[in-house]
Amino acid sequence: MPELVEQRRDVSSLAGLSELRCVAIVPALNEEHTIQHVIDELRAFDLGLDIVVVDDGRGAHVLRLPFNLGIGGAVQTGFKFAFEGGYDIAVRVDGDGQHDPSQLARILEPVLRGDADIAVGSRFASQEGGYRSSRSRRVGIRILATVVSKIVGQRVTDTTSGFQALNRKGIALFAHDYPHDYPEVEATVMVFRHRLRLQEVAVTMRERGGGTSSITALRSMYYMVKVLLAIFVGLFRRDVVPQEESA
Amino acid sequence: MTPLAVSIGGALASLALVVVVLDLIRRHRLRERYALLWLATGLVLAALSIWRGGLNTIAGWLGVRSYPPAVLFAVAILFIIAVLLHYSTVISRLSDQNVLLAQKLALLEREQREGAER
Repeated sequence: MPELVEQRRDVSSLAGLSELRCVAIVPALNEEHTIQHVIDELRAFDLGLDIVVVDDGRGAHVLRLPFNLGIGGAVQTGFKFAFEGGYDIAVRVDGDGQHDPSQLARILEPVLRGDADIAVGSRFASQEGGYRSSRSRRVGIRILATVVSKIVGQRVTDTTSGFQALNRKGIALFAHDYPHDYPEVEATVMVFRHRLRLQEVAVTMRERGGGTSSITALRSMYYMVKVLLAIFVGLFRRDVVPQEESA
Repeated sequence: MTPLAVSIGGALASLALVVVVLDLIRRHRLRERYALLWLATGLVLAALSIWRGGLNTIAGWLGVRSYPPAVLFAVAILFIIAVLLHYSTVISRLSDQNVLLAQKLALLEREQREGAER
């Protein structure tokens, strides 16, 4: 498969990845159909990558939660694992197949170069094609992106993206504190409040391979209200200092 | 018509509720998920207190002629029932999860003990 060879060369050109301990966090709630494919793709990308799947107890993977903690709780379990396990780098790849592991090099690069503490793959940062979700959801994402950009003072285009790479600082922050449901938007604001550096990277995403999105039509209103409320209240929290490793 | 003192008192009390709820969220003492119903309660009651003509009109629809603030109380009680019912479901879920956690812990402990004994 020439494609895979190409990818591996891509990775080795990323200076320093081989000396670092890197873990892929794969939240998989109700996604047994696609998870194996995602794992296979991750293995194809880099054999040195440790993979931790966090699921809601239906599957049989590494971290099995006794009940559904929601996406935020599941992902944070992965970050706690990464923090306790002493990993230097963590990438987050959703278990539904939306995120293409062959593009991991793109989001890893700014973190490995030391330019960012957290790099986020954005569907909207470039004119490339790929799956960009339904129109109504795009409008919601646009609104949130505009609000968040204003608050953090840096242009962000895809605040709902879970395709991320983080260094030790980012892992420590999210292991310590991570929003519970629909976490990504609030987490973006949190990152800036803790004065970590976030960089967006253009990626293309695929249509989800199976399962249902955690955001159904009925819940999207709750989603918007909850997230906007959380962001608004967050503005009145006392300024936070950068997270220490010991925390 | 609603006595002015009732309107002012109602508005102040409901806005105080909103402020307290927001402050609890700010101090991480209350999750957004569980705050939304309280916020809705506070905002609706504040609106009905401040918008005195509206309260009067609604009282008229319901046939409450003598004392419109009774509608304010009724709405407040309705919201409180909704909040309580919501919390009952939340407590039920939590106790289910608690049982599950205790069982899981017991199984893990046994596994660990047997691993140590071997």
